[in-house]
This record gives sequence, structure tokens and C-alpha cells, in this order.
Amino acid sequence: MITVLFFAHLQEMAGTDRIILHENELTVTDLKEKLSNDHGIINLDQIMFAINEEYAVDKDVVKAGDTVALIPPVSGG
Amino acid sequence: MRIWIEGGKSMNNTLYKITKEPINVEEVTNKVVRREAGAVTTFIGTVREFTKGKRTLYLEYDAYVSMAEKKLAQIGEEIAEKWPEAKTAIIHRIGRLEISEAAVVIAVSTPHRKDAYAANEYAIERIKQIVPIWKKEHWEDGEMWIGNQLETKQYLTGRPEEEDLK
Repeated sequence: MITVLFFAHLQEMAGTDRIILHENELTVTDLKEKLSNDHGIINLDQIMFAINEEYAVDKDVVKAGDTVALIPPVSGG
Repeated sequence: MRIWIEGGKSMNNTLYKITKEPINVEEVTNKVVRREAGAVTTFIGTVREFTKGKRTLYLEYDAYVSMAEKKLAQIGEEIAEKWPEAKTAIIHRIGRLEISEAAVVIAVSTPHRKDAYAANEYAIERIKQIVPIWKKEHWEDGEMWIGNQLETKQYLTGRPEEEDLK
């Protein structure tokens, strides 16, 4: 199982702060597709992905037990 | 539903912290004061009332707290590489903030002033690139989560370059 965390406007789009996916292994690209097809989380072009609190790229692999976070452009400071 | 992952709450001597409480500026500067230092620069990022003529009522900050604290610490490490004699402390507040309240305080001490200024500016620029914190503007006529405000090419693409993130 993979935990996916949402923040900022994505949290509002998803209507929840997290979802659990029952997957063993998939790439970030696959995950993006899954989120938009199955969960209506769209417009992910500007969104960074973090796997276990480190930024990831599309080809990185997410495995069961990982926590993935969708990181919209940040606006701290 | 909001995620409030607690972090850095128990240790007063933590150099890199996300907090829900008002920031005590002197407490942050005191973390970097030491005998080797001849300069301490303090940057205080405050809530601005007017942005491009539009009036802000208050701001709301959210963060991926555990990752944000990690990334603040990473910025501290980067500063230590670039300015080996610098000591850095960064506190960022989340939750609801009123006009003029401090959202972030960065303190850097170095033996000489030039490095303290440069390292401090480096820290705020990096915060705006890599630290997962978001602000929501609340106006008289609505509200919106604000995205990237850096007017730099690299992040206008929506993603920091790979080397910016490591």
C-alpha cells in the first residue's frame, strides 16, 4: 500500500488530505495517470512529487510502504 | 481536513523548525550568537497588507511539516558548505497569521558581516524554491492558495531543476 498526501489547493481538489493506494510498485508517471484517471486529481504539470520526503522525478519508482506527497509550487517565506 | 504533523516541538534548541506559535525573534537570534561571530543578520518575513493594490485580510500557511523541517536543515547544510564559518537558524510559522506578523525568521551569524548578509539572503531564496510551505491569501472578496512567487526562470517551469533539489 502507498500513502499519497495532498496539500494546499490539491487538498481541496481531492477533498481529503490523503488517500491509500493498494499498489506494489509504480513509477511517478504511472501514479500521475492513476491520480487523474481514478481520483480526478488533474493539472499535475506544475506539481512536484516527493517520495518519503525527497523530491522525485517522473521515472522514479514508488514502492509499497512509501509515502508520496504532491507538492504544488511552494510559497513560503 | 488538515495535516498537522508535529515536528521540532520539544527541543528549544532546534535550529530548523516549523511552528504554529508566534515567533520570538530574539529567541531565534540567540540560537546563532556565539563568541566567534562578529555579525548576526536577522531576516523577518512579515505578512504584507497590500499586494499589487489588493488588500490582504490575513494569511494562512500550511506545510508538509516533516519534509519542510528536513529542507530547512538542508538549506543550513548548504550554507555551511558555502560559508563554512556561518551558523544558521530558521523558524517558519504556519496557521493563521495577521498583517505584520512574522511568517519566517532567519538568523545567520558569521565572523564578518558580508557573509552574514549573503548567507541570510541565500536562505530565503532557497526557502522559496524547495521548502514545502504554502500560503493562502484571504481577501475581502475571496481566497486563494498562492503558487510559486519566485520570478526566476528555473522555477517558472513549475519544477526546480534537479540540481536545485538535491
